[in-house]
Amino acid sequence: MEGFSAVLPVFILVGGVLWGLFRRVNVYEALTVGAAEGLRVVVRIFPSLLTMLVCISLMRTSGFLEAVEGLLGPVLSRFGIPPEVAPLLLIRPISGGGALGVGAELIAQYGPDSEVGRTAAVMLGSTETTFYTISVYFGGLGIHRTRYAVPAALCADAAGFLSAAWAVRVLF
Amino acid sequence: MAMTWILALYFSLSLLFGALTGTLPELSAAMTEGAASAVTLALSLAGIMSLWSGILEVLRRAGAMDALARLLRPVLRRLYPAFAENRQVLGDISANVSANLLGLGNAATPAGIRAARGMYDGSGNASDALCMLVICNTASIQLLPTTVAALRADAGAAAPFDILPAVWLSSGISVLVGILAAKLLSRIWR
Repeated sequence: MEGFSAVLPVFILVGGVLWGLFRRVNVYEALTVGAAEGLRVVVRIFPSLLTMLVCISLMRTSGFLEAVEGLLGPVLSRFGIPPEVAPLLLIRPISGGGALGVGAELIAQYGPDSEVGRTAAVMLGSTETTFYTISVYFGGLGIHRTRYAVPAALCADAAGFLSAAWAVRVLF
Repeated sequence: MAMTWILALYFSLSLLFGALTGTLPELSAAMTEGAASAVTLALSLAGIMSLWSGILEVLRRAGAMDALARLLRPVLRRLYPAFAENRQVLGDISANVSANLLGLGNAATPAGIRAARGMYDGSGNASDALCMLVICNTASIQLLPTTVAALRADAGAAAPFDILPAVWLSSGISVLVGILAAKLLSRIWR
């Protein structure tokens, strides 16, 4: 499994280029157009990344973050979630860039191959910016009665967080 | 607006805690450090995120989205029984789902919104199909979590993608719970 995931990225790159060639895609053009789009994404999320990293830095230095962990820790531990990821749970459904900032900070702080770092990464990879998505879809159409959409979406988020912590414990 | 309140709360609580724990003088430095670390992070992510975005664009143009959409159609017919025979809406939904699977956010959202427009009856109420569409979009089903892998690579992970099985398992459970919750709640929440 380890070998597979180590070689996967380069296989996707080369495989994609060859498949594109076979399907008569202008591979070079597609690659550069896509890369430009990716760069725009980085620029777009930068402001929320910046705000969140400043916020987390203040919270950690002042001792506030520790207090939050202390407060939520016992509850989270009961569900098998490391207390350190508490800030990520709070920001994930609201801001994508913010969650990326919090996740990056956790991964840097505890190490990418630690349980906390891995749990944060899996949580980021298996959940979405729920409230933002809901507002884009329903707000755009002018739907006011959203019925059970929010509670069901939050159920999915909670399941994502719980199973992320569980999957990391079981698989690593 | 929610973010404004959260930030105001967190900032002022940090100040309060700084005063209580005597770390007030260090907070200004922490502010500068936080801002600087955002630049470092964005710069180190920019390269690999752009590259993945390029690779995914090649895959998209080679027909990866259409192939996925064909595979998904039978499942989607069941998930959206009200639109099982509506080719336009079902086509938009499958474009939305397959773009989400590939992590092409810029293609997923327009397709999803087109699907939502096609489903909407103008009543101001979210129908079961609309709720299902939104719930499926609030759950992540990305096959390759490239941004997270980039974060891990930047932090020096031995194999940035070794979280793949865990991500797939966890995403799958999350989506299933979302769909089940939607199905159950749709019966009682009229």
